Amino acid sequence: MVNLILLTILATLFFIITAWRLVTYLQILSLQGFLLFFAAYLSLSSMNSANLLFILLETIIVKAVAIPFFLSYVLKRNNITREAEPIIPTFISLVLMVIAVIAIFFFSYSSGYSIFDNLYFVVSLTTIFAGLYIIMSRRKIITHVMGYLIIENGVFILSLAVGNEMPILVNLGILLDIFASVLTLGIFFNRIGDVFKDADVTKLQSLKD
Amino acid sequence: MYIFFITNLIIGCFLAINRSKIIKNILLGIFILVNALFTLYSIKNIGLKGTFFNSDPLSVIFTTILFIISTISIFHSYPYLKWQQKKEREHNFYFAAMVILVTALNAAYSANHIAITWVFVEITTISASFLIYYRRTELTLEATWKYIFVCSISVTFIFIGILFLSISMKNSAVSEMTYDILMEKAQTFDPFWLKMAFIFIFTGFTAKAGLFPMYTAGIDAKDKAPSPAGAIFASGVMNVGLCGIIRTYAIIHRTEILSWSKTVLTISALISIFIASVYIMKVLNFKRMLAYSSVEHMGIITLGLAMGGPGIFAALFHSINHSLIKPALFYQSGIFYRVFGSKFINETGGFIKYSISGSLVLLFGYLLVIAVPPSGLFISEFIIFKEMFIQGKFLLMAAVMILITVIIWALGRNILKATFVPISGDDRSLEKPSFIESFPQLCLILCVALMGTYPPQSILKLLEEVVSMVIG
Repeated sequence: MVNLILLTILATLFFIITAWRLVTYLQILSLQGFLLFFAAYLSLSSMNSANLLFILLETIIVKAVAIPFFLSYVLKRNNITREAEPIIPTFISLVLMVIAVIAIFFFSYSSGYSIFDNLYFVVSLTTIFAGLYIIMSRRKIITHVMGYLIIENGVFILSLAVGNEMPILVNLGILLDIFASVLTLGIFFNRIGDVFKDADVTKLQSLKD
Repeated sequence: MYIFFITNLIIGCFLAINRSKIIKNILLGIFILVNALFTLYSIKNIGLKGTFFNSDPLSVIFTTILFIISTISIFHSYPYLKWQQKKEREHNFYFAAMVILVTALNAAYSANHIAITWVFVEITTISASFLIYYRRTELTLEATWKYIFVCSISVTFIFIGILFLSISMKNSAVSEMTYDILMEKAQTFDPFWLKMAFIFIFTGFTAKAGLFPMYTAGIDAKDKAPSPAGAIFASGVMNVGLCGIIRTYAIIHRTEILSWSKTVLTISALISIFIASVYIMKVLNFKRMLAYSSVEHMGIITLGLAMGGPGIFAALFHSINHSLIKPALFYQSGIFYRVFGSKFINETGGFIKYSISGSLVLLFGYLLVIAVPPSGLFISEFIIFKEMFIQGKFLLMAAVMILITVIIWALGRNILKATFVPISGDDRSLEKPSFIESFPQLCLILCVALMGTYPPQSILKLLEEVVSMVIG
């Protein structure tokens, strides 16, 4: 069951790589939040219940509802155009993504464990890769933030793999998550948001040598 | 130890909400006092093991340096803030951010658990970004955004590394991740996952340390932050990255993947020095030039770590001297910027006309930073090169030497021009900074020269202890 959810998360990554509209990105982020909720519920079985409750609440409230909702508010308020404006054509992105997944599968196979033990590892590394790829191949600052949130989801999946032995690491992952959301909130609620209105990275090139 | 951290945190919070000038000064005084007590306490109690924080030789060295630099930074902040003429509230925010940054750095140095180091490194990112954004212009905004973004990703990388580390210990029946236990049980860890862990943790810490993959964040930060804060970035914040790298390296040093990790360190160091030499040749901004020079020195330090044995000793010695001399140059560049109203080399010059003591700082600082004896940096670079020679890495040695020569030439050209060549047709009467503003820098320069000639035995003994901790 957990494997099925993890594979669904893998599928959403392909979707987000090919997506054109920013709203789709937000929907997928929200969907990933819900999937992570179920994955956490199923894989952290031996954790004490108060801690588990806290983690589950965090995934459902912060990851699945609050952040996507807040980002869509930012999109509306700042009149950010709807396209994601990828620099690289979608088809090439898709091919790169497939190559990455295959490479990560082989890589994890070489570690000497069976594939199903390593599914957490494969899915999380792919998610991290997808996040980094979105940061590199999109122009808008808000898509960079979304890419960062996707990386964050990948880290969460990885922390689930060791969650039963070391619950403190899952909590630290949550801390990282809260840190990231505070930063995004801070950036876009502050005056910084006004300067960054619909900004893309081409405007952020005055600092150079 | 908690008492110190909590008091500092409270001081920071009070500074942020306080409006009165007198209370601000009193609070800063208390902060310096608490910091001094903390430093003394950790020096007296080397080997003390708490639940979350230890006082070991490595943390004592870095804490002491940070105490010196942060005190001078607060002293230099007063003229800087007076020049900027902002509202009182923003001054208070500036000091609060600095207090919290210093506290978080101290906590990160002395943490005994890898996850606690990680948490405090995260806090340094937030407080440092407040310092960078102090002037509230578009350029500082850009620098802040880049710093936050790169540091967030690097912090995530460190966390991924920690997760891999915990996967690697699955078969060795360890449930705690304190450095002591990790070093003790390192041989039982799975080498494949340990490699992954080292790569990610190292990449993550390079953002703070200013090494190859993620050095860019540090450069913008040091350039755009106020110079007193830039001095802390060039010493304390770089040391926190170095501290993380050394502690992880100490774990790796006990396993079979040691030679592989040495290769990783060497590659990163060589590319860092290369990048520094390329940029330093064409850079026109004085503070960016100093920041690239820091990248070069970090590269040399990492090279020393990669050489092992005496190289590790030299690397630590290098980092001590570097974190004393580079802040001196940063403070002076702040005064320089204030006098000329510009930090571009083609728009400034003839500093000796306005301040003799300041020019002396620039000149001696230059001589010491390029490791001319009696600089302490000379000894460490000599040991590192000797170690490379003994291990037969002649090609690497030649490459590093050529790159360093280029850096010496470029730095010398710019600093000598800024000091002696006046701008043609410029007869403005500019402000003449007082001698007292250059005094702390001269003291720091004297310290580095003393470290090169008569290094105190107690410091050498501490360094030996760190080396034996790393080698095990």
